[in-house]
Amino acid sequence: MSRIKNCFDKLKTRNRKALIPYVTAGDSDPTVTVPLMHAMVNAGADIIELGVPFSDPMADGPVIQRAAERALEHHVSLRDVLTMVTEFRQQDSHTPVVLMGYLNPVEVMGYTVFAEAAAQAGVDGVLTVDLPPEEAETLVATLRSQQLDPIFLLAPTSDDERIKLICEAASGYVYYVAIKGVTGAGNLDVQAVADKLEQIRKHTDLPVGVGFGIKDAESAAAVAAVADAVVVGSALVQKVEQAAGQHDRINAEIAGLLMQMRAGI
Amino acid sequence: MRRVLLTQRKNEHAVPLRFQHRILDGLRRKVSNVSQLKNKDDKLIGQVPDNRGHFGIYGGKFVAETLMVPLQELQDAYDKYLDDPDFIAELDADLQNYVGRPSPLYLAEGWTRHLGGAQIYLKREDLNHTGAHKVNNTIGQALLAKRLGKTRIIAETGAGQHGVATATVAARLGLKCVIYMGAVDIARQAINVYRMKLLGAEVVSVESGSKTLKDALNEAMRDWVSNIDNTFYIIGTVAGPHPYPAMVRDFQAIIGREARQQIQQQAGRFPDALIACVGGGSNAIGLFYPFLDDKDVAIYGVEAAGDGLDSGRHAAPLCAGRPGVLHGNRTYLMEDDDGQIIETHSVSAGLDYPGVGPEHAWLKDIGRAEYVAIDDDEALQAFHDLTRIEGIIPALESSHALAYATKLAPTMDKEQIIIVNLSGRGDKDIHTVAALEGIEV
Ligand SMILES: Cc1ncc(COP(=O)(O)O)c(C=O)c1O
Repeated sequence: MSRIKNCFDKLKTRNRKALIPYVTAGDSDPTVTVPLMHAMVNAGADIIELGVPFSDPMADGPVIQRAAERALEHHVSLRDVLTMVTEFRQQDSHTPVVLMGYLNPVEVMGYTVFAEAAAQAGVDGVLTVDLPPEEAETLVATLRSQQLDPIFLLAPTSDDERIKLICEAASGYVYYVAIKGVTGAGNLDVQAVADKLEQIRKHTDLPVGVGFGIKDAESAAAVAAVADAVVVGSALVQKVEQAAGQHDRINAEIAGLLMQMRAGI
Repeated sequence: MRRVLLTQRKNEHAVPLRFQHRILDGLRRKVSNVSQLKNKDDKLIGQVPDNRGHFGIYGGKFVAETLMVPLQELQDAYDKYLDDPDFIAELDADLQNYVGRPSPLYLAEGWTRHLGGAQIYLKREDLNHTGAHKVNNTIGQALLAKRLGKTRIIAETGAGQHGVATATVAARLGLKCVIYMGAVDIARQAINVYRMKLLGAEVVSVESGSKTLKDALNEAMRDWVSNIDNTFYIIGTVAGPHPYPAMVRDFQAIIGREARQQIQQQAGRFPDALIACVGGGSNAIGLFYPFLDDKDVAIYGVEAAGDGLDSGRHAAPLCAGRPGVLHGNRTYLMEDDDGQIIETHSVSAGLDYPGVGPEHAWLKDIGRAEYVAIDDDEALQAFHDLTRIEGIIPALESSHALAYATKLAPTMDKEQIIIVNLSGRGDKDIHTVAALEGIEV
């Protein structure tokens, strides 16, 4: 059974919602990431989304764009990110890790080479933001052959037909983007999210995570009331930016915010 | 006035092709499903893209989920209005009376003599309103925006020509207009920035990444995803997710349709070669597309070699890049071994782009078009030559096409004919050229 499914099953028996932090790998420098992943798990993270830096992050707002730029200043590549996961797995064999990024680095590495290396490193799921299921057939099959979960986004604009298509392609969980916009933007409307989740659940039994627009314990709690998982990204990445270069402070600040969120949900 | 149907694209069954180039690992399966052209005489016009926007293995729709439904709506609207006589009539009238079409096809006798080979005809897109081919497309997309009830228009721009052409149509239709432009390009195309502001557009300086056209496109996409309810994104070249590459091509194909008729009227025969510069590839595909099935017409797309292909400082993905995915489509890109997009260089802002329209990628692979590169110095030489010999100041982008003509023409007979797409006029580049020569204007 996949680590992700296992994780959600366990949470369910304890009637708990998943807390999923996102950080960009290699931000603010490559040595930050692995200790930060452990710190996040200690602070209550259930799954970790690890951003793969890309030069042209079209779906990201300024906060995560700058994180990618900081990582790329250190030439952090997809292979480096896989190495970080390998290192993380030396001490943590149970927390699922999902890579989140854009398609091109995966295309350049080659789907098969990537899927094998990711599985070997201990990655559990892969979310390529700019790859809708229509174009994903080959990658999904390749990921599946390595027991990796393909994670897909759902959006406020997704209609019933698309929700169905996406949920059929996905495994592990699906990720509902709560606002029309880029990461880090706007304020989310919890009632609208609740309505959309109801529509999504008509098409799937997969856990539904909600992200984009979750900034603090309060918004996390509100979303956790209706979703299976809460994804928080820009609010954490902002803390990395503010404490850039100071490893202990990055770990402490991020753990602090996650503990508040964990307590709230 | 009669006009050839705007598009002959409505063929959902693309004739699949076999590709000889090195295929990416992940694509092997997909490609092996694709058989080859049944025979050499099969028509190319109308074959691509398929209904999912694929030109062979290129093109497609690689965007975040939020944009998938808006893109489908755009495609539906486009398909519908292409068959709508009122829409076509309005488009035709605007192209004729507002843009000034048809643009002349001009036999450059002095320059032909100077080069001592094939006769060179210039397709004078520089004489269009706003000074480049870009307006052919913005007129069309703005009419679509109006039909869709959108009140706000956004666009990316490199040289500023597409930004100006967009701000122009927005002003005319009374639509709010925001133009994204890289900070580097804002500095080197100051005149166009001011033109856009005069036209009432807001020009947003893009400070991320390499601060050029690719980053402006990223930023425009981010705006679009945040404002899809009221906003129409007018992409300025044959790139982006489906349906943009096909739609922009169809709006630009007026260039080639006119040229095909004009050359028969003026010379009594077809040309032997076509030459156009390739940034994203819209002026080039506009000229090439109506000639694709005229198999005796050689087709040359000219990329920017910047400081030279060997220097690594260039903008020539077809000549020196490899396939990947950027800005919503699969195509040839300039990228490093990690799949990061690398910074490009060209003296001409409009060619300074790391990708290229997917249809060009396809034409390259099937061998129908040949792609070559011209460096900064060669382009500047052609800029000066045309100005002094013909009294026409060409855009630096177009100067790349002209420079390739100076290489090709002398290898051909005097009876042979080359059509060069003079995609824009050079007024916007005068500061750049002067600065290179140490002159302050
Ligand atoms: C005059 C001119 N020619 C060519 C280009 C390159 O664009 P494309 O390759 O789409 O024609 C530009 C772009 O700004 C331009 O202004």
